[in-house]
Amino acid sequence: MAGSEVRSALTVLVIAAILFIAAPAVIETYTLTVLIIYGMLALSLGLIWGFGGILCFGQAAFFGLGAYTYAIAAINIGESTVPFLLGIAIPFAFAFVLGAMLFYGRLSDVYLGVITLVVTLIFFKFMNSTAGPEYVIGNARLGGFNGIPGFQTLNVPGDPGTYIYDVDYYWFCVVAILIVYALVRWLLASPFGRIAVAIRENEGRAELMGYDVRIRKTVLFAVGGGIAGLSGTLFANWAEIVTPGMFSLAQSAEIIIWCIVGGLGTLIGPVIGAMVLAYLKFLLGQQDIVDNMMLLGLILTLSVLFLPRGIVPSIGLWVSKAMPKRRRKRQRVRRPRAAVEEVPGG
Amino acid sequence: MANILETRNLTMQFGGVTAVDNVDFKLERHELRCLIGPNGAGKSTFFKCLTGQLKPSAGHVFIENEETTGWDPHAVARLGIGIKTQVPSVMDGLSVRENIWLAAYRTHGRERARRFADDAIDRLSLGEIASATVGRLSHGERQRVELGIVISMEPWLILLDEPAAGMTGEEVARMAEIIGELNAEAAIIVVEHDMQFIRSIAKRVTVFNQGRILAEDDVDTVMNDPRVRDVYLGKKV
Repeated sequence: MAGSEVRSALTVLVIAAILFIAAPAVIETYTLTVLIIYGMLALSLGLIWGFGGILCFGQAAFFGLGAYTYAIAAINIGESTVPFLLGIAIPFAFAFVLGAMLFYGRLSDVYLGVITLVVTLIFFKFMNSTAGPEYVIGNARLGGFNGIPGFQTLNVPGDPGTYIYDVDYYWFCVVAILIVYALVRWLLASPFGRIAVAIRENEGRAELMGYDVRIRKTVLFAVGGGIAGLSGTLFANWAEIVTPGMFSLAQSAEIIIWCIVGGLGTLIGPVIGAMVLAYLKFLLGQQDIVDNMMLLGLILTLSVLFLPRGIVPSIGLWVSKAMPKRRRKRQRVRRPRAAVEEVPGG
Repeated sequence: MANILETRNLTMQFGGVTAVDNVDFKLERHELRCLIGPNGAGKSTFFKCLTGQLKPSAGHVFIENEETTGWDPHAVARLGIGIKTQVPSVMDGLSVRENIWLAAYRTHGRERARRFADDAIDRLSLGEIASATVGRLSHGERQRVELGIVISMEPWLILLDEPAAGMTGEEVARMAEIIGELNAEAAIIVVEHDMQFIRSIAKRVTVFNQGRILAEDDVDTVMNDPRVRDVYLGKKV
């Protein structure tokens, strides 16, 4: 990572940490925790769509798979450390296999979107139909539309009796999203990340340079799946129940809306988009005059009309316009413009 | 001299249309060959069959005696082949330097990539716009960026599809110079329309017509071939 990128990443991390420390004074930690989890889920799609150009309509599949994997493993194992790791590893592996089939099959654009959406809906349909007693994995009943409740939630590794919950769980999620963000920044700054962006920009040219775009897209897709799986695992521990609703069409669509509203091509954009919209949804859920989803649709429409780049890139643009000309000129000399645009504000 | 590139009965069909028809072609080490022909003659299709961008319907492609028929473009490129496409194929959202560095990185690795990228930038006089976003450059500059991508890979075989298209007179002359310099290190195939440009660089020319090779000889002989004038030039050169 170049010095300027390290500074930029550290700035974002420090500001985020300060906000996370201050936020419990305004919003209760229970709500904040799920906002962070949704932020991480949006980050997973922001990575593969915004930087890899892979529009996955089924990020909810990995989210739900992570949650179900954790719940099933936690019931069977009892202690949360291995289930937690499986909640990341299984969605990663599943995304790797699915991605390999898609990218080695040269599927892209709308076909990729449709197939990933169908995969999610297959999970949704299947999980809804597992109410019978024959749908058991070890000691865990899948439970159909009722889902799986009553599993061991996160505990201190090696000590199943000491749970990480409430405010401690909030801090656990804060640390998790900061670590994930830092790792993703590092990944994007590495040659792998630069090549991923190059593939997004011009897949044909990347191939003519000698890069095998299929394996690189597969790996990026799997990383996105792993992060979505982690957010699903965290969600399972927050909600203490997993249900087929995690695989729903509404869930899939929401993740895409978060990314569009927050701003693609940035990492903090999708996180902010998710947290703002999910909190708005939470507030609106306390009234029954207007339907939640209708309002979300309205916000998306307004956002596309007035902030087509999304919240974060638009703010970046306003700031750069407001900046004195001389300072801008100096910055242009120091850093390539393209690199600045690539990760505006992180 | 040994052939470094050879095609045998190469054929490419799109439905009922035969774009490349049983083409036998040979290129020697350090040779500079121009492919010319009227629009729709099959030059670019032939070119894409060589680079792996199209899978031929029949026939064979050999590069350094290795059969590469049907290989993916990245595998062909990895043999040490630099490819410049008809329409500049660059990463519009990245800077000039990053475009070239990405190519150099694939070939030379992290340690040496920067040096090779800087060399290519200097050679093509791209220093002043090295930090600019490629999408904002003129057509001629984008052509040079793409050539920079090719050069930084240090290929031993270079395939250039219409390298002078859309360039100013000065840029065309500079391009001819650069191709001459590159030919000292690599064999080059140039697909081109600009006859003046071809005269300035070519030693040997292959004329395509209706997917087949119509004539193949030195540039003066080809230009004076009545068959070539009939199908391509329509007048005496």
